[in-house]
Amino acid sequence: MNDEMLGRITAAAGEEPVEVTEFRGDTTVVLSPSALLRVAECMRSELSFDLIIDVLGVDMYRPDKRYEVVYVLYSISRKAYLQLKIRIDEEHPEVPSVTSIWPGANWHEREVYDMFGITFTGHPDLRRLYMPEEFEYHPLRKDFPLMGVPDSLPLPRR
Amino acid sequence: MALEALQRDGFLTARLDDVISWARKNSLWPMPMGISCCAIEMMATASPRFDIARFGSEVMRFTPRQCDVMIVAGTVTYKMARVVRKIYDQMPDPKWVISMGACASSGGMFRSYSVVQGIDQFVPVDVFVAGCPPRPEALLHALMALQEKITKEGAIRPSARSAQITIPETVSGAPA
Repeated sequence: MNDEMLGRITAAAGEEPVEVTEFRGDTTVVLSPSALLRVAECMRSELSFDLIIDVLGVDMYRPDKRYEVVYVLYSISRKAYLQLKIRIDEEHPEVPSVTSIWPGANWHEREVYDMFGITFTGHPDLRRLYMPEEFEYHPLRKDFPLMGVPDSLPLPRR
Repeated sequence: MALEALQRDGFLTARLDDVISWARKNSLWPMPMGISCCAIEMMATASPRFDIARFGSEVMRFTPRQCDVMIVAGTVTYKMARVVRKIYDQMPDPKWVISMGACASSGGMFRSYSVVQGIDQFVPVDVFVAGCPPRPEALLHALMALQEKITKEGAIRPSARSAQITIPETVSGAPA
């Protein structure tokens, strides 16, 4: 992360706070949800982070800002990885969708929605990816029991 | 002795029940329900080295309507269970099920919310095969065990098994 990149990211974020951390060669930029789309657009068009590797959900299981969503980006021309991270509240687990910027995020966001119940506003097709449509829970949340909720997934009659 | 009788009289006598059972057990056409890695061993079983054709089961049919035995080879999730059941329902009677490997038999190492802990919860299983994955010899042994079972249960007399056979139903709209 050089000064030029940092300058463009903070400019794109505007008033919103930007926190940059580096750990063993991995650069992470922590943003607030409202700045995500502007920074993402800047990443794609100005800083040539043209490839979205993954979108991850994390349940930190803490009272404040329980969930995190991490976007792992790669720039083919820079040969560099970068992570965008946002922290969100348990009450309103909502994040703007980045599918308009990286279409490849489509299924990744559906996976995070399925597993964590985080809604991606503006997503073109926000359905569950793995679990059946009628399933009511989000299995990767920390308060979900390992063996599931009894009778929540009906089996065919024997 | 039998050969002499055949040469002299031109016919043999046998119980019809035995003849039908004999025909059934030696032409068990499998439905290869290959869901995960066990399917690779199932393919090896069909290969010349192990040669499932020795038991009359070389005709792997990918349509359930021509099959006699469904070999469930792999991890069955709850989402997949309704598919497995639907294919089982589409098979004509008489039909049998081999549960191949630890996952299909008990969930295996996937002790998890998404994996059915044993397919006997939604289809009647005739033979379970242990192993992760089982060797082809183990699958052949299961097939031989099934052949023995078919011989014993008979074809005409009503057995305990035939009373168990349920009327096929649609899986999604199953009556409560």
